[in-house]
Amino acid sequence: MTMDTTKTARKRPFFFRRGPMENIATALIAIGFLMLFQPFALILYTYSLVTLLAGTVMFIIVSKFPE
Amino acid sequence: MTLSHSSIVDKAAETAAKATPAPIAVRVRGLSDRAIAWLFIAPAISLLLAINIFPLLWAVYLSFTNYRANRPNAVVEGVGLRNYQRVLTDPDIWQAMQTTAHFVFWTILLQMLIGFALAYLIDRKFRGHAFWTTIVLIPMMLSPAVVGNFWRFLYEPQIGLFAYAVSFLSGIPTSQIQMLGNVSLAPWAIIVVDTWMWTPYVMLICLAGLRSIPDYIYEAAEVDRASAWRQFWSITVPMALPFIMLAVLFRGIENFKMFDMVTLLTGGGPGSVTEVASITLKREAFETWATGRSSAFAIVLFVAVFGLANIYVKALNKVKQR
Repeated sequence: MTMDTTKTARKRPFFFRRGPMENIATALIAIGFLMLFQPFALILYTYSLVTLLAGTVMFIIVSKFPE
Repeated sequence: MTLSHSSIVDKAAETAAKATPAPIAVRVRGLSDRAIAWLFIAPAISLLLAINIFPLLWAVYLSFTNYRANRPNAVVEGVGLRNYQRVLTDPDIWQAMQTTAHFVFWTILLQMLIGFALAYLIDRKFRGHAFWTTIVLIPMMLSPAVVGNFWRFLYEPQIGLFAYAVSFLSGIPTSQIQMLGNVSLAPWAIIVVDTWMWTPYVMLICLAGLRSIPDYIYEAAEVDRASAWRQFWSITVPMALPFIMLAVLFRGIENFKMFDMVTLLTGGGPGSVTEVASITLKREAFETWATGRSSAFAIVLFVAVFGLANIYVKALNKVKQR
């Protein structure tokens, strides 16, 4: 039974694995957040919302994936 | 003679059933448990929808329009992403974001350090610790309006106690200690007041964390001859960490919305050095009456705080699982 479960988990493609996708979403949110509040380049500030939104939506979706 | 637990419960249920008026009992008997549960939470959910969710969705809608609240009869037209484009390319709004980040960073850092230190001291249970806990908690109980006015007087260069104390210690004349009028000192003046007011709140949360650590862990560490320093870093900090993180989350969300204190102390000045995002937002919404654009600005702030809260909750769960 345990082996079957492991096999199923292995078969799942990368984009449907919760752990790595959640990490990518977290990184996107963190980058977007830093872009929004950084004092160096206006262009980074301009694209911060898109990055933040992508990360947040991705996080909401991937956090519903099974472990 | 003693009654069993189930017979007591049955008797209580029977009494409650008898006390229920007949028409209601008939109506309720026809409902499933799930329906009754929904019936109970329906008022809370309706309130939540009316107060939180509807205004949020309405703000999202307005952010895509040219709506102006001072012209309610004007034709409202969709402008696509133009409001977002203007908010995200405006150097003044960008500057306000940086000011907000500066406030949030320093207030949280100072509140955490001082709050945790105070909680650690009060947890020692020295003589009169209950009295001192009450004294320390007082600033948190005051209204921000009172605190703002109170500190305005304290910061007054001529009559203020703060200026007098600094002058006494440093020898600088009181007329030169312009906390609220000086460009480099004004942001720090607000940080000091916010830290003074909200450190007790952080202290309370940290104290709850420290009190939740069982004594036997320290006793085991004593048996293993662990030093006080080692106990602090290996027991106290890791076990209180979820509480500290919660305090950071609560204060972080609250400080991103900081408005009242800044308005009362400096009103965003001198110039615009203390103009945080919420003040710029209020100016956009109620001085230039660009309701659509200010809604877009509010949504940007909301997405930032919501995204941060998401990753923070994830980190908090990881810490709790350790």
